[in-house]
Amino acid sequence: MTNTRMEKHSFLYQFESFISKNQKLLLILLAAFLCLLPKGVNNQYFLTVIVKMAVYAMFGLGLNILTGYTGLVSLGHAGFVAIGAYTASLCAVKLGLSFFPSMLLGMVVAGLVGILLGLPTLRLTGTYLSIVTLGFGEIIKMIAMNWSPVTNGTLGVKNIPKPAVFGMKLTIANHGLYYLVMIILVVCTVFCLVLVKSKTGRALQAIKGDELASVMMGINVTYYKILAFVLSACICAAAGALYATLIGYVDPNTFNFDVSTLILSIVILGGMGTIRGMFLGAAILIALPEVSRFLMVYRFVLYGVILVVMMRFRPQGILGWKSQLPYKLSRQVMEWLKTAETEEAGDNG
Amino acid sequence: MADNAYLSVKGITKRFGGIVAVEQVSFEINKGEVVSIIGPNGAGKTTVFNMLTGVYQVDEGTIVFNGEEIQNKKPKHIVMAGMSRTFQNIRLFQDMRVIENVLIGAHIKTSYNFLDSTFRTARYRKEEDEKVLQAIELLKSVGLEHRKDDYASNLPYGDQRKLEIARAIATGAGLLLLDEPAAGMNPKESEELMLFIRSLKQKGYTVLLIEHDMSVVMNISDRIYVIDHGKPIAQGLPVEIANNERVIEAYLGGVHKDAEDN
Amino acid sequence: MIAQQIFNGLALGMGYALIAVGYSLVFGILRLVNFSHGSVYAFGAQMAMVFIGLRFGVVPGLIASMVLTGVLGVAIDKLALEPLRKKKSIPIASLITTIGISNIVTNLLIVAFGSEKRAFPPLFDFGTLKIGKIIVSSTQIGMCVVSLILMLLLVGIVFYTKIGLAMRAAEQNPKAANLMGINVNFVISFTFFLSGISASIAGSLVGSYYQIVYPNMGFMAGLKAFAAAVLGGIGSLPGAIIGGLIVGVSESMAATVLGSTYRDSMAFIILIIVLIVRPNGLFGKKGITKV
Repeated sequence: MTNTRMEKHSFLYQFESFISKNQKLLLILLAAFLCLLPKGVNNQYFLTVIVKMAVYAMFGLGLNILTGYTGLVSLGHAGFVAIGAYTASLCAVKLGLSFFPSMLLGMVVAGLVGILLGLPTLRLTGTYLSIVTLGFGEIIKMIAMNWSPVTNGTLGVKNIPKPAVFGMKLTIANHGLYYLVMIILVVCTVFCLVLVKSKTGRALQAIKGDELASVMMGINVTYYKILAFVLSACICAAAGALYATLIGYVDPNTFNFDVSTLILSIVILGGMGTIRGMFLGAAILIALPEVSRFLMVYRFVLYGVILVVMMRFRPQGILGWKSQLPYKLSRQVMEWLKTAETEEAGDNG
Repeated sequence: MADNAYLSVKGITKRFGGIVAVEQVSFEINKGEVVSIIGPNGAGKTTVFNMLTGVYQVDEGTIVFNGEEIQNKKPKHIVMAGMSRTFQNIRLFQDMRVIENVLIGAHIKTSYNFLDSTFRTARYRKEEDEKVLQAIELLKSVGLEHRKDDYASNLPYGDQRKLEIARAIATGAGLLLLDEPAAGMNPKESEELMLFIRSLKQKGYTVLLIEHDMSVVMNISDRIYVIDHGKPIAQGLPVEIANNERVIEAYLGGVHKDAEDN
Repeated sequence: MIAQQIFNGLALGMGYALIAVGYSLVFGILRLVNFSHGSVYAFGAQMAMVFIGLRFGVVPGLIASMVLTGVLGVAIDKLALEPLRKKKSIPIASLITTIGISNIVTNLLIVAFGSEKRAFPPLFDFGTLKIGKIIVSSTQIGMCVVSLILMLLLVGIVFYTKIGLAMRAAEQNPKAANLMGINVNFVISFTFFLSGISASIAGSLVGSYYQIVYPNMGFMAGLKAFAAAVLGGIGSLPGAIIGGLIVGVSESMAATVLGSTYRDSMAFIILIIVLIVRPNGLFGKKGITKV
């Protein structure tokens, strides 16, 4: 049942090798495509949808750190989005702060709250943890609804200004907002890529794989779990700030349990634990309801159906395959290995 | 009892509610020895391991490792002091590659921090490369280098056990606690395991073994301790244990027969 | 005044207990927290409203709802959860599946009935009684009595019938139960059926108490009942009952003391405290993981 060798000629291997060999070229093509997209699709509605996809991809990337890498299923991540969105928009509307400081402040607040959520949940597993995160999401919503002096209660925050750079407003119409969101998305993606291939990324995945074994290898599970919460919260908060400025209006019901489920569905559909999956998941789940009226009405049912169907037939997600390529060694390591080989050959010769 | 033993365990006791799982167990290991703890199923052997590695608190007794009292210390502290273990049911990180499993073993010896890895500083690159190279060397020494890219779940059983041991070595441990490494192995694999443990001894590692497979135990142990129902019942050289009546009784004739076959 | 609040809380708590029992039944046999239970409860309430509204009469309407909801419970198991058990999926898969089902059921109810609140006919509206300083409405009495009867029935089934014995055996050791000739899958389906029935009755009772039903009613009630189940020790039937009563009374007191905005948070607070201090709850069984 288990294959003892990685199939060198399988489609997946060919596909991955192709991507790996032509990495630079593909990246340039992708960058060109993203830069030129607004010129080609100069339609406000489409661009808004695409920016929405990008923002949701960021939500996915954030949740993926906690759920995909560390294995802690969160059902309340809309709470962190709300923290980011509310903090940033309140700073802009009530304090007149510009976008970037507002977003950063949102990230900081979310990070701190992430620590608060992570601490009591350290020893919880599986469903118990998930339900506490669900409760967290509801508590955030409750606070947004009831803390009227600060959050405007059920009225929400209106007229959220668009970000301004050097006095120029960035909107969908002038493509500014599109490029801003794309740049932040790229930064976020690079961060996630860098995280995975490091001792931090390995520690998180080890905790997901076998928490006890991780402890016995000396990994400080407490630190890494909290770190996962914080990173995941910060990314979702940043994306939340972007979302608020995109839509221009937030209220307590904008970030409810259905949104948390949607973000989870993105992660599961695309591929839990992969970065590429987040883009596909967001693209599909944001685009689908726009495509048909029927789907729009039933879209929340759809999210639920996706969860059930994916778990049944492809729990790893659409793009959730395990890489068939060999572990990437740096140039330095390959050089060292070559020298060692030739030395050995020399010794044996 | 020598006072400069590498590991010195005196009178450790563990109770779970009303049940005494381990009672007044004492043993010691000198550097470079291979010592085995044997006993019938449920005798409390894994509980002893769990006390040594910080999974359980000890109710009584002391554990002195490398001159330091480590009973009731946290697992991380104990691993950093140089004691590492494998598990009765293999606990590899199944969805991660062989080399990644070893790299996780080396986690506590990897000193770059989160900022280093995020910004890919020179410190990160240098240390990550070193650790990768060391991992490959370690895999080479256990004969798993050619499988470094494979996922742990794809390894055959015997190789998985070897990988678990390699991962424990990667933590920089001097004392390896192996919990039933020969479990589920056929005679050929047990033979290979024996040679492997012997090679570990030659490299200077100290090994504490829990094992049921008597051929392995008798062949590679320098000394053996026997536990039954949580209490120590015998200790000594393999040949002494093979002929010890209390031990034979505890095993209902199993030990005696195996020892004669050898 | 306090006594009144306590009594109100007890009546409310019986409702939570009835829902909590459903969680414990399924957890006991599958070690799974059935996240979709709240939505099944809402389904039961809606179905009761529909059938009673169709002039079926109260009792046939309730029975129809019970049967339908029981069937829904079985369908959830057969269609979504059993295949996962066969595949030996990781526990996360079941959790996420039940979340998905909760979503599906709730949102289908919204599509079918709209998300507004609708009137539910009062079931035991015979007026009020005064016992000492406490005003007791007949609805509350009805709720307590029916819940009590149902719970006694459940306890009776689980502890005194053959199928109950099979349930307990399957709970302890599914493999051994199978080898003893017990059809474990049938027992599991039966458990879901019972769970659905109790959810339906709970939905009807609570619906008649507040005289409203709406598709999302399962969300809050489900969470609070889960808190009750955890407090009592998930998997334990008596625990679910005690837990429900405690949550009900606490909520009632919190509403009086802190105001109604914070009444919902009481259950969360209890849940978090229990999970931190004593995750096994009051009567829960301790699980020892072998290293």
